[in-house]
Amino acid sequence: MKILRLLGISWWLQLKMRSRSAFDGLLSILWPLFFATSVFLMFRQGAASGPALLSAAVGASVMGIWSAVSTTASAVLQMERRLGTLELLVAAPRPFALLLVPVTLSMATIGAYSMIVTLLWGRFVFGIELSVASPALFVLSTLVTVVAVAIFGFLLAVASVRYRVAWALGSTLEIPVWLICGFVVAVGDLPAWVQPVSWLLAPTWGMAAIHASAQGRNPWGDIAMCLGLAAVYAGVGTVLSHVMINSARAHASLALT
Amino acid sequence: MAERVIEVSELTRTYRTGGLFARSRKEVQAVRGISFAVQRGELFGLLGPNGAGKTTTIKMLMTLLLPTSGSARVLGLDVVKDAQQVRRKVGYVFGGDRGLYERLSGLDNLRYFAELYGVPPKQQKTRIAELLEMVGLKGREKERVEGYSRGMRQRLHIARGLLHRPEVLFLDEPSIGIDPVGARELRVTVRNLVEQGTTVLLTTHYMFEADELCGRIAVIAGGRIVASGTPAELKSNVSTGSIIEVDVFGLPPGVESQIRGMPGVRTVVVDEREQAQVLTVHTEPGTEMAPAVLSRLEGSRIGKLITREPTLEDAYVELVAAA
Repeated sequence: MKILRLLGISWWLQLKMRSRSAFDGLLSILWPLFFATSVFLMFRQGAASGPALLSAAVGASVMGIWSAVSTTASAVLQMERRLGTLELLVAAPRPFALLLVPVTLSMATIGAYSMIVTLLWGRFVFGIELSVASPALFVLSTLVTVVAVAIFGFLLAVASVRYRVAWALGSTLEIPVWLICGFVVAVGDLPAWVQPVSWLLAPTWGMAAIHASAQGRNPWGDIAMCLGLAAVYAGVGTVLSHVMINSARAHASLALT
Repeated sequence: MAERVIEVSELTRTYRTGGLFARSRKEVQAVRGISFAVQRGELFGLLGPNGAGKTTTIKMLMTLLLPTSGSARVLGLDVVKDAQQVRRKVGYVFGGDRGLYERLSGLDNLRYFAELYGVPPKQQKTRIAELLEMVGLKGREKERVEGYSRGMRQRLHIARGLLHRPEVLFLDEPSIGIDPVGARELRVTVRNLVEQGTTVLLTTHYMFEADELCGRIAVIAGGRIVASGTPAELKSNVSTGSIIEVDVFGLPPGVESQIRGMPGVRTVVVDEREQAQVLTVHTEPGTEMAPAVLSRLEGSRIGKLITREPTLEDAYVELVAAA
């Protein structure tokens, strides 16, 4: 209960902090629309229609969630360094991993909002019919994907505790994950050697679950895989956070900006 | 015998600079085998110039840095092996503008850190209200921190550091940049905390602050403790005797060197202050030099003359200069 309270309050305050800048707010509206517009135009050029366009709309919307987390998760600890709060987070008696997850979850929440904007953009500007076969499962799959992406972001952010330039990791992975997690291109269409890498990434299964629920197929297997991988990331991230913090304490890198 | 809540033994910390591809690597020994102990309820001062190793020492005690060698225990807990338990029982407040979430209100900052420091939910509201009252931020707590003055931020820092009622409080230059009224209020707050039983380890550059607050002081220079004791003991160890300060309007040429050459005079410093020159003469212990100095100044217009005993600052300057 205590842990849930910590996660909930931290998530809310982090979200509050991140949504206070008008400039950031404007970017959050515009940014996903550029992705969506590019994808919709590409699919239209290819004479796609019906389910293919819906698939593109859903894929573009998850791209927004991933981009919101990947580009900012690693940078967020750099921001904590600049604010001088990173040391205070480490000096807190609660496990550092529990303090970091709400931070990336708040980013994924902002990303989830971009999903709604993207779907509405597709509907009203590009006339894409939004016919979701299982709305409840679609929402559940989306929530699971948001959580999995947040935990993936946590895994990326952990390295920034020790290495100041690790913030670049998230930006580096932004587009490769778009490509190999089936957001725009189906995983089955990727070269055979890439597919095992895709299977190791939770967003692949989250995306598959969202597609399945939108098309009326059974998403439970994909949801289970997505959650399972997220749990593995959480475990690895927790161990890694201990290692990184100890290394940062040894190398005196916590206070460096 | 009073309980020792901080025990530092032969503590050393070396920083290594240079990355993977750096041509040369450098080692800086920030702390070189220091030892000291702080008793429960004591206010212990750590004084030293910039780069002396004060903050490094505090950060090792706070578990933010691993010592290179030696050991340190806080409340009987090892700062390396029992880091998580140490963190539950200590508070850390540092000076300056950083360490707060600017876009959140003061209240939200305290709510966040109350969660982080495990303050029980039922106590959070009353504890935060109590602290806001104590640091004089009541009524301003809903404003964003980015609009706070430096003094307000510093008071919020103190409230944050006290949220979980730490048994030991580390104050790292807490009054830096605060106006005199704010600094005085801060000193009152710190004194009250000590009266309530909190053990405080304070670093500061302000000697009068250390003199007023600290029961005992360790002077650290170049990573080593060069002296320790009560402020009175440190002052009594100063090798100079009384200090004569004279305001002279038009100091004749050569008089400064004549005074410097007088038996019983240790150092002479002349400061230009508007139209006057302030002559500061440090004398040997047991000498009475004021009449002799004044006789050398015959013919000059003399303003204020003060003869005073060495202050903590004099003791500090001498100790650090000799280190």
